[in-house]
Amino acid sequence: MSVNRGTFVERRDVNEDFQQAGHSRAEWAEADRVPERLVPTHCSFCGVQCGMHLRVADGQVIGVEPRDYPHNRGSLCPKGVVAYQQVGHPERLRYPMIRRGGKGGQLERATWDEALDYVVGRWKQIQEYHGKDAVAVYSGSSMTNEKCYLTGKFARVGLGTRHIDYNGRLCMSSAAAAYAKAFGIDRSPLPMTDIPLADCVFVAGSNVAECFPIMMQWIWQARDRGASLIVADPRETPIARTADLWLPVRPGTDVALLNAMLRQVIEDGLVDEAYLAARTTGWEDVRAAVQEYTPEVSERITGVPAERIVAAARLYGRAPTSLIMHARGIEHSTHGINNCLACINLALARGQVGKPGGGTMMITGQGNGQGGREVGQKANQLPGYRHIDVLEERQYVAAVWGIPEPEIPQEGAAATEMVNLMATGEIKSCLILCSNLMVSLPDNAVVARALDTLDPLVVIDFFLSETAERADVVLPGSVWCEDEGTTTNLEGRVVKINAAAQPPGEARPDWQILSDLASRLGRGQFFPYQSTREIWDELRVASHGGISDYFGITWEKIEAQGGVFWPCPTEDHPGTPRLFTERFGHPDGRARMTAIRYEPPAEEPGDDFPFRLTTGRVVYHYLSGTQTRRLGFLNAQAPEPWVEIHPMMAERLGIRDHEMVRVRTPRGSMELKAVVVPTIRPDTLFIPFHYGHAGAVNQLTNPAVDPTCKIPEYKVCAATVERLDVAPGSHGATGTGDAAGPRQNYTPESDPKMFPYAVGETKTPASREGKRH
Amino acid sequence: MAIKTLFVDPSRCIGCRACEAACRECDSHKGESMVMVDFVDRGMSVATQPTVCMHCADPVAPCAQVCPVLAIQITPEGVVQQAEPSRCIGCRNCVMACPFGVPKFDVEARLMKKCNLCYDRTAQGLQPWCAQACPTQALWYGDYEEFVNQRQGRPVNVTGFGMQSVRTRVYQVVGVETPALDIAGLLREAREQAGKPERRREEAWVL
Repeated sequence: MSVNRGTFVERRDVNEDFQQAGHSRAEWAEADRVPERLVPTHCSFCGVQCGMHLRVADGQVIGVEPRDYPHNRGSLCPKGVVAYQQVGHPERLRYPMIRRGGKGGQLERATWDEALDYVVGRWKQIQEYHGKDAVAVYSGSSMTNEKCYLTGKFARVGLGTRHIDYNGRLCMSSAAAAYAKAFGIDRSPLPMTDIPLADCVFVAGSNVAECFPIMMQWIWQARDRGASLIVADPRETPIARTADLWLPVRPGTDVALLNAMLRQVIEDGLVDEAYLAARTTGWEDVRAAVQEYTPEVSERITGVPAERIVAAARLYGRAPTSLIMHARGIEHSTHGINNCLACINLALARGQVGKPGGGTMMITGQGNGQGGREVGQKANQLPGYRHIDVLEERQYVAAVWGIPEPEIPQEGAAATEMVNLMATGEIKSCLILCSNLMVSLPDNAVVARALDTLDPLVVIDFFLSETAERADVVLPGSVWCEDEGTTTNLEGRVVKINAAAQPPGEARPDWQILSDLASRLGRGQFFPYQSTREIWDELRVASHGGISDYFGITWEKIEAQGGVFWPCPTEDHPGTPRLFTERFGHPDGRARMTAIRYEPPAEEPGDDFPFRLTTGRVVYHYLSGTQTRRLGFLNAQAPEPWVEIHPMMAERLGIRDHEMVRVRTPRGSMELKAVVVPTIRPDTLFIPFHYGHAGAVNQLTNPAVDPTCKIPEYKVCAATVERLDVAPGSHGATGTGDAAGPRQNYTPESDPKMFPYAVGETKTPASREGKRH
Repeated sequence: MAIKTLFVDPSRCIGCRACEAACRECDSHKGESMVMVDFVDRGMSVATQPTVCMHCADPVAPCAQVCPVLAIQITPEGVVQQAEPSRCIGCRNCVMACPFGVPKFDVEARLMKKCNLCYDRTAQGLQPWCAQACPTQALWYGDYEEFVNQRQGRPVNVTGFGMQSVRTRVYQVVGVETPALDIAGLLREAREQAGKPERRREEAWVL
């Protein structure tokens, strides 16, 4: 949770955003500027994708107006209100830059021709000597479907490399894998407008109030109807504050909590046996597996009092319609898939999935987090959620692209694995767009070394992010409202982004940069686009017949209907707001239940590092903060990171509120302000993750990943906190003086296998087989 | 006649300051917010609360009453306007007189500034920016009947200050006295079944 501005500045009523954004304080004449037109579009930030109008005058975006869209009904969070200030921001990149003097040199202005020719020349050299896969593409999903699709095609057709992955790997890949496994379709099964139909909302590991503020109005509508609210979170977040029951779970122990709740639901006879028999497989295994998780066992593991677990299970189990919402809190884990599957088991046992207002709902974080993962920029996927290792699906996409099937590369490395390949020299050059690795990847000292081995590191961005600062070539791209396209929000609703301005200076829309690179690589015939609509129409065909079928979604239909939910296979199909009402996505129509057992996080506290460190968002910032840290109003509210620590522990360590302290983990240390608050478990520390350089909490986090989906464990690692006048590690925080290090549960034997895999090889190590899927 | 006004429900406030950001978008005071969001006591809780002008109705607008130059006008609908720049002499009487601490004095502009309920927007049938943006509807715009039909909580518009009470146009929402859900009972039931002793005070966690 955030803190008062007084934590950072004495004076509260400062109005600095216009100065910081390059405007002088608004004069009356300027403030009275009347917009010539309103451009209907959506927010550039989180996965909710709120509708908004941009006020445009003289080709410039001068403000924002509410737009009554079905899922946000005119509301906006503070990020949405000021999003428009990115357009025309003085720090926008306006021309290409090259580091002419090599790694030690400065970034200097270049022409587009010089920059693109240099990049393409180097890539051709590298690919000739080291093979096609020596050049990688690292993408992101805070951009339109058109760009995401084109990035995937650019990597596979333009460059011919297998290494293409994106930052959704760090975000949702565990939930995506869990839904695909359990339901056969990876999408939130119901729209946000269904939330008020629930009688009990159970939020597992999501600070909805700060990360998805607009969803709160739907939860409150359910509450007004009498629904109960349960929140599992190590911190008392703003949503936990108003919940009926808060379960302050110890970070990384969610399975023990969820299994104990399921056991209690069984115990109380609240299981929907008829539903389980008709619509699922695997129930008996699950029933047997949860028996060991009595409330008392679970209390010991999770640190949640047994009676709270029982009460939560009854509150959840007795509700006729119940909804589980989950997000990064359980997904950022080395057993993230299992955490999500445990939620799914609970919902299936209650017969909720497929019911209006019931079941499970994953809350995708990134603007286009849903679309970004289904249009073919993921290491193992082709457009339309097609699998890159299935011959028929490869053939279909090859035909759309007009290339022979064998030319489509095989599965490449996941984003988290790419870093290793860069460090070992297997990847020689990387194109990064829409991503800020230096803030977003765990253990960023390793990331910095890996990026510095690349020659050239090419970054497309619109601000000079911490990653772009390290680049050899920086290409200026466009912000969201300088381009036209679609995004798919966390409900699976495809919405339309409209252009309201032109990119500044020499900056260009990203799709034109990619097409230009492709044609200089001699592959221009596959990238003949004149507009993003042509890319969209190709994507519709490429996804046709796949799981996420966009074929029937035209831009006109999106505008006419207020968004269209995929799958939408034909032009007269209205789209599919609710999934699984009759059958699940597997061929037999049944959901798969998987027995899940609790496994500890990869690193657990020891005497040297007695705390669990967890990371998360604050409401004023978005992801790596590249955008929001440059917007005055937002940055002024939270300009630097802080560490939240419980008063009990602060007293023991002699730490005062607002004092600078040092937080250490086995990977590094950082100094930041302590905020002493009772709204966090005493054995847990919290640091927001939006900051760069010395403020990046990813100097501390553990790079351990989930064995299957390779999502890193941002949400728990062993840490300690100490005053600055204490030498690092000189006092045992627990006072035992016995220097036992943190417990590492990943050993070289149990470490997940990393890229490369043999064809058909399972990524799950043999020793874990059976325990996992 | 149903009067449309603001309803402030602090129990829903998440401290996101969308209202502040939105207020700054108003054409008449671009870049400045007339809404304030505060943590009530961050050292104890994450509770936050927005403060808007309450538009006092009875006694009518103390800020206007103490203004020596009649710079603070009240519309026929009962909306208390911010100081008229051509009249305001910068004496700050209004800042002292307001029982809710709302008017702010801009030293540079030598002018009192405060919320005027987005007169430009509400006059056109739109919502004030703060209530329009508020993601949780902690700030909500509409009439009393609409509110009580849709929402839980009890809106009150009389605030007591010692011997004096003030009736305002804007409502504060207070929680329902007896929650429908007996959480304490659920916890007690679970404890008794487990054969655990009754605790006088329960910590939310176990270490």
